[in-house]
Amino acid sequence: MAQPAATQNRVNDFVIKLANVNGTGSASANTLLMKSIFRMGIPVMGKNYFPSNIQGLPTWYEIRVTKDGYVARSGRVDLMVAMNAETYSKDIREVSTGGFLIFDSTWPRSTLLARDDITILGAPLAKICNENFIGVRNRILMKNVMYAGLLAALLEIDLEVIRQLLNESYAKKQALVDANMKAVQLGYDYARQHLPCPLPLRLERMDKTLGHIMIDGNTAAGLGCLYAGATVGAWYPITPSTSLMDAFKGFCARLRVDPQTGRNNYAVIQAEDELAAIGIVLGAAWNGARAFTPTSGPGISLMNEFIGLAYYAEIPAVLFDVQRVGPSTGMPTRTQQCDLLSCAYASHGDTKHVLLFPANPEECFYMAVQAFDLAERLQTPVFVLSDLDIGMNDWMCPELKWDDGYRPDRGKVLSREEIEALPKFHRYLDKDDDAIPYRTLPGVSAKAAYFTRGSGHNQYGGYTEDSAEYQVVIDRLLRKFKRARTMMPLPVREGSGENVFGLVAIGSSHGAAHEAMDILSKVGIKVDYLRIRGFPFTKEVDAFLAAHSKIFVIEQNRDAQLKSLLTLETPVEKSKLHSILHYSGLPMTSKEIVEAVLAELGDARRNAMSA
Amino acid sequence: MSFIKKPGVRHPDLPKNELGLTRRDYEGAMSTLCAGCGHDSVTAAIIEALWGLSLRPEQLVKLSGIGCSSKTTAYFASGSHGFNGVHGRMPSVATGANAANQDLYYIGVSGDGDSLSIGFGQFAHAIRRNVNMLYLCENNGVYGLTKGQFSASADIGTKSKKGEENLQAPVDPCLAALSLGGTFIARSFSGDKAQLVPLIQAGLMHKGFAMIDIISPCVTFNDHVGSTKSYTFTREHYHEAVHADYIPPRQEITVSYAEGETLPVQMHDGSQIVLRKLDQDYDPTHRGKAFEYLRTKLRQGEHVTGLIFVSSSGPDMHEMAHTTAVPLNALPYEKLQPGSAGLAQILKRYA
Repeated sequence: MAQPAATQNRVNDFVIKLANVNGTGSASANTLLMKSIFRMGIPVMGKNYFPSNIQGLPTWYEIRVTKDGYVARSGRVDLMVAMNAETYSKDIREVSTGGFLIFDSTWPRSTLLARDDITILGAPLAKICNENFIGVRNRILMKNVMYAGLLAALLEIDLEVIRQLLNESYAKKQALVDANMKAVQLGYDYARQHLPCPLPLRLERMDKTLGHIMIDGNTAAGLGCLYAGATVGAWYPITPSTSLMDAFKGFCARLRVDPQTGRNNYAVIQAEDELAAIGIVLGAAWNGARAFTPTSGPGISLMNEFIGLAYYAEIPAVLFDVQRVGPSTGMPTRTQQCDLLSCAYASHGDTKHVLLFPANPEECFYMAVQAFDLAERLQTPVFVLSDLDIGMNDWMCPELKWDDGYRPDRGKVLSREEIEALPKFHRYLDKDDDAIPYRTLPGVSAKAAYFTRGSGHNQYGGYTEDSAEYQVVIDRLLRKFKRARTMMPLPVREGSGENVFGLVAIGSSHGAAHEAMDILSKVGIKVDYLRIRGFPFTKEVDAFLAAHSKIFVIEQNRDAQLKSLLTLETPVEKSKLHSILHYSGLPMTSKEIVEAVLAELGDARRNAMSA
Repeated sequence: MSFIKKPGVRHPDLPKNELGLTRRDYEGAMSTLCAGCGHDSVTAAIIEALWGLSLRPEQLVKLSGIGCSSKTTAYFASGSHGFNGVHGRMPSVATGANAANQDLYYIGVSGDGDSLSIGFGQFAHAIRRNVNMLYLCENNGVYGLTKGQFSASADIGTKSKKGEENLQAPVDPCLAALSLGGTFIARSFSGDKAQLVPLIQAGLMHKGFAMIDIISPCVTFNDHVGSTKSYTFTREHYHEAVHADYIPPRQEITVSYAEGETLPVQMHDGSQIVLRKLDQDYDPTHRGKAFEYLRTKLRQGEHVTGLIFVSSSGPDMHEMAHTTAVPLNALPYEKLQPGSAGLAQILKRYA
C-alpha cells in the first residue's frame, strides 16, 4: 500500500488530536472546536477517549476534518495538541510524518523528545492564562479554551462562529461568554503574532453540513424512546449507557409534564441493580406500558434470567446495550462490539433474541422506535446493540425526521370488546397461524385473565409438565423467531453487486468499512459491501453471502462473534468467511481494514495466478 | 396435594357480596401443595378477604416469585391476571406493573426463601420505594421444594428434619421492614383466619407497601419437635399484641371496643383500621417503639402478631415520582410526543 501522504496542504482533510487531563474542562473546549468546524459547513468527526475516572487521568479527543464526509477514524494524526505533560512522549510519537505538535511552552520540554520530521510549535498558554485570569480553577479551564483560540488562528476557524456558539452555550450568563471569548482571543492573538498562521492544514468554508446535526447516539436513542411513546424506563447506572436515560429524562422533563396538572406522563425508576431494572421493565410492559432499560454488557449478564422469562412467557421489552470492552468489568470507557452472542442467545435453555444494529445516532433514533414496535408485535425482548463510540460521541447525521402519521404497533392485544366476543381466551394459542398469540392486559376483563409463568406451559396458558404440550409452545416460539426475519430492517448494500469479494459489517464498524471500500477501489480492488442491521438475518443476507466467493466479516471483538452468528444462522460455507477483527477499545480505522484486505487478497491473487 | 377436580356446580344459597359474587368466584386452581400446608390456609384467608372487600377480580393483579409460597397465586382469584416470575424478583415486576397502572390492586405472595435470601435486595427496595401493594411473606423457615434446607428465617437452634441445627442468626422480615421505612407491617399465623383476614383487607387498602409476615408451618419438612416454625411451637409462642379490624369506608363503625384500648387509623380511601391493643404498652404508630417491642419479645421467644406498625402519611412510589393520575398505560399516544414540529424545535440545539 502507498504510504500516507505527508501532512501538507491538507485543506478540510486532516486529523487533530488533543491530549488533555480528565476533569479540566477540556471537553467543552474540544466540543467548541468541533462544532465550529461543523458550523463552517465542513463535515467533521469527533471521538472522545476518556478514562474511567472523574479527574486526573489522561484523556484524548480526536477531531477528523473530512471534506468527503467520512465518519471513521483514518488512523492519522496531523496535528497534536499536547496539553498533558504526562503523556507527552507517547503523544509526540503518534504524529504522522510532516505533521504538527503544539505544546504549552510555559515549561520547557526535553529536547530528547523532539522529532525532526514534524513541526513543533510552542505557546506559553499557562503563562498567558496566569497573567489574565484569577483563581486556580478558572485558569485551568481557560487554558483549554485558549488553545481553541490558538487553533482558530492556525486553522482559520471563524471567530464569529466561535462567539455565536459561546452565546448559545452560556445563553444567560454573559460573564461566562465574555471570559471564554477573552481566552479564545488571547490564544488567537498569540498565534497570529508568534506562530506561522495559517498552517498548511487549514479550513475553508463549505456547505456540506446543511440539513445535518451533531448528536450522540444515546441522546438520539433517548429521543427515540420519547417518540415511541415509552412511559416507563428502569435502569441501573452504568457507563456508557447512562446518558441515554439522562437524555430520556431530560426530554420528558421538558415535554412530558402535563400542562394542566404539572404531573409527569412518564416514570423513570432507578433500580437497585440490573436484575430489578429488567424486572420493572417486564412488569410495566406486561401491564401495557412501553418500557425499556438502557445498560451495557455487565448489565446484560445480570439480566439473563429475566430475559429468558420474557422470551418464554412472551413479554415485550426493549433493551439498549451500549456495548463497552469486556470481559468482566473490562474497560468501561472503551468501545467494542462484544455482546452479539451474549444477547442473541441470552439466558439458559433454548432462546433466540431479536437484535438491531444501529450504525450511527440517526439509526439509534429510528431503531429505538422500531424496537418498541417489534417487541410488541413479536411479544419478545428486543435488543438495540449500540456501543460506546456511537452512544457517547457526537456524530454528524442528517437531521432527524418524524412522520406524524406514525402510530405505535401495539401488537396483538385484545380489547375489552374482542374479549367479550370470545367464547374463551387462551394465551398461547396460535389462532391466526402466524406463530404470534394474542395477549390481554390486566384490569380489562376477568374473562381475559391468564397466568403468566416461566415454568412449563401449554398453548392454553396452563401449567404443564407434559412433553408434547411443552413442545407445542417451544416449537411455535421458533416459528415466531423465523417470522421475525420478515420484519427486520433490511441490510444496506454498497457496490455493484457483481464483485467476487464482499465486506460485511454491523453497527459502528460501518464508517471504517465504507471508507475502506473507497480506498480499495482507488487501488483497483472492487468489493461489494453489506451492512447488516438486524438479527435474525434476513434472506438478503443469505443471498449476499451466497453470491460472493470470499467475504470479509468486519467486527470489533476478538472472537469473531458476527462471523459465528453468520455461520450458525445462515447456510453460508464457513470457509468463505474471513475475519477482520479489531478489539483495541478504540473505534476502528479504515486503514486497518484496507491493510487486512490487501494482505489476504495479495495471497489469494498469487494463488489464483499460480493455479 | 389432592387429585380431585373442583366441582363446577355451586350451591345456589352461597352468600353473595356487594357485586353478587360468591367466595367461589374468588377461588383459583386446585392447590398442589401438601395436605395441611399452612399456605393453603393463607389462600383461604385471601379469598375470604377479597370476597369481603367486593373487589372485582379484574381489579386485582397477583404476583409471585418461585417456591411453594409463590405457587399459591394460582390458587385464588382465577379472574385476576397472575405473574409468576423468577426467584426472588417479584418485587421488581410488581414495581413495574404498578408503575404502568396505579389503578389496580397488587398482591404479591412470597416466602422466606424468596424474600429473605435470593430476593432480599428486591424486598428491601420495594419497601424503600413504598410500592403500593400488599406483600405476603409465607414464612416457614425452610426450603420445601428442594427438600428441607434451612431458610434465612430459621431461628438459631432450630433443627431440620434430618436433625441438623441452625447456627446462623435469622432475618426477621418485620424488623427488616421497620428499619427500611415500611409503612404497614404486620405479622400473623396461617392458622388464625380471624386475625389474618382483616389484616389482608387493610393491607390491600393501605396506600403504600403493606407487608404481612405470615408464619405458615411446613407440614412436610418443618413440623417436628425442634422446629421453631411448627404448628405446636407457633401456637405455644404466639403473642397477639394488637388486633386489627378493617372497616370499609362505606360501612359504619360498629366494632365494639373498650375505651383506652383501641386506636382507629384512617386509611387513604376513607376506610379505617381499628386496632385493639391487647398489650397496653404497645404503640403501633411509633416505629422505634415497635422495633424495640418486637425485639424484646423475640428474645423471649415470642412472635408478636397483629398490625405491628402503620403510617398512612408516607408518599407512595407514584407520589414520589409525581406521576399523573391517569395510568401510564392509558395515556393517549398524542400526549407522549410533540410530533414533527416539536422535533424540529428539539433539534435546533444540535444544529
